Amino acid sequence: MSPLTRRRLGRAALNAAGVAVFLFAVFPVYWMVATAFKPNDQIFTTSFIPFPSPPSLDHVERVFTRGVAGHSIWQYLVNSTLVALSAVVLGAVFALLAATAVARFRFRFRTSFLILLLIVQMVPAEALLIPLFTMVKRLGLYDQLLGLIVINVGLTLPFSVWMLRTFVAAVPKELEEAAWIDGAGRFTTFWRVLFPLVAPGLVATSIFAFITTWNEFVYALTLIGDQGKYTMPVALQFFVGQRSTDWGGIMAASTLMTIPVLVFFLLVQRRMVSGLVAGAVKG
Amino acid sequence: MTHTSTLARGGADTSAPARRPRRRPGRPALSPRAVPYVLILPGLLVIAALLLYPLYQMVVMSFHKVGLRQIKAVNPAPAEFVGVDNYTQIFGSDLFWSSLRNTVLFAVVTVALTLALGTLVGLLLHRLGPKMSTFVVVGIMAAWATPPTAQAIVWKWLFDSDAGVVNWTLNLLPDGLSNLLFGQADWSGHPWFNDTLTLYFVLVMAVVWASFPFIAVSVLAGLKSIPGELYEAAKMDGSGAVHTFRRITLPLLKPVFSVLVVLSVIWDFKVFTQLYLLAGGTVNRDAFNLSLWSYAEAFSSPPKMGLGAAIAVVLTVILLLITFVYVRQIVKTEDDIR
Repeated sequence: MSPLTRRRLGRAALNAAGVAVFLFAVFPVYWMVATAFKPNDQIFTTSFIPFPSPPSLDHVERVFTRGVAGHSIWQYLVNSTLVALSAVVLGAVFALLAATAVARFRFRFRTSFLILLLIVQMVPAEALLIPLFTMVKRLGLYDQLLGLIVINVGLTLPFSVWMLRTFVAAVPKELEEAAWIDGAGRFTTFWRVLFPLVAPGLVATSIFAFITTWNEFVYALTLIGDQGKYTMPVALQFFVGQRSTDWGGIMAASTLMTIPVLVFFLLVQRRMVSGLVAGAVKG
Repeated sequence: MTHTSTLARGGADTSAPARRPRRRPGRPALSPRAVPYVLILPGLLVIAALLLYPLYQMVVMSFHKVGLRQIKAVNPAPAEFVGVDNYTQIFGSDLFWSSLRNTVLFAVVTVALTLALGTLVGLLLHRLGPKMSTFVVVGIMAAWATPPTAQAIVWKWLFDSDAGVVNWTLNLLPDGLSNLLFGQADWSGHPWFNDTLTLYFVLVMAVVWASFPFIAVSVLAGLKSIPGELYEAAKMDGSGAVHTFRRITLPLLKPVFSVLVVLSVIWDFKVFTQLYLLAGGTVNRDAFNLSLWSYAEAFSSPPKMGLGAAIAVVLTVILLLITFVYVRQIVKTEDDIR
């Protein structure tokens, strides 16, 4: 074999491996979407039907009109969006302030605060479920989206501060000093100089918090009993019946739930990796 | 270019245009030394109220009996102190050993498979052309982005006994081969979720599928950060591909790997959502891992919150012991912390 043929074969093998990885990753997602658009007789069959022929909107329509557990899927999408957006906005404010403090100032408890952030991230959220459940009950927040919002702020905050501080640190200090010398006050400097430059990082951090909250399952399952206040992940369960599962409906709902996350992922993919392994990957 | 005069900037006091801190009427000045404390205060309060206090409460509850009477909204009864009873009950229970086994085995197998597959795909992405690489990255992003609930549901559907694609595919195998490999030729209606072992097999598949993309993309980022000159130098010195990988790539990626290992251990150790959905809630006690067991004790009737909290304490202690290494590593490598 000539070196050229060998190189071509090698390239072909690599590309084939790439396609195999692509198929392995995409097939389950494709199957979810395909099932959502198949009529029932193409779902409950022992033969393999690669794509819906013809595609049917029955399931999508049904989850919106007839709904699940007595409510249109619309209701759960709204609940989920409300919880995730509120938690993100609140969390972003707290995270930005704290991140500015640790990235811009040297103060006495700075190291302790950073180590505290790291350690609380290690505590499994599932472990705090029981004490937080009793707290929420005592405060009268059981069955309220507000309780869920507050808890999600707490769950996402340590990571948000941790991620955001690298973005704040990346803004050259000289810019703020220049504004400072030009007579801008502390607040003006923050708002007009630092904030616009940190904004992309804040967006990336917020998207990460949004996805975490949007996907959050166990707190939504335990803290909400009223079916009208369910979030998407909890509502999905209701398609699984005692004897048979409404696979078409559940796949339509799962697809609806996955779309916003997928869009956000493609937007911030690079930043998320750098935030997660910040400090480990060094050029 | 600003055209503001010194006078306008410094206010009426022309002698000190850059006087700091600038006082505003009616507002007490904030001393510069207090600023960072004021900035972290809201965040610190949130963390204290929603993470540290519950952590403390969890430990307190684990020494108490907390049941229905203690958690009702009106007139709750005070929790009854029971000492280490909850812990003796846990360590004496068969469920403890089966849950611990499920937790640890699942984490070990899943972390190993995720890292192996993720690293291989990361190396592959690094060698593919730019177009092909983007194509594969977008593909694996779809798996990564799928919410845990949807992950569980999709894999449950793939492994469905009657209409699942997996059983259909296994039926395609020649009967002889299928008999030889699995001891059965007919897969129609084969259930995957009744037996703990096969249930965990599907769980491993689902979790590996959803988490290898993150490893792959991180490894790719690490590979890209290695300067190309190192490889050129190695090539000039006559180093082969395997040798270069072992002597250059691996040592330089070591910090990335240690972070990825610990993050994966944390994520896989406490897996809840996917297990809860695949196992169909808390009915199959043999399939419990520590987090599902804790949940089951605390939230099925009658609720045993104290016992659940004690299991959560055990889980947290194990996780903190493992992650202690990671925290130390980060504190050491990030000069920015000190």
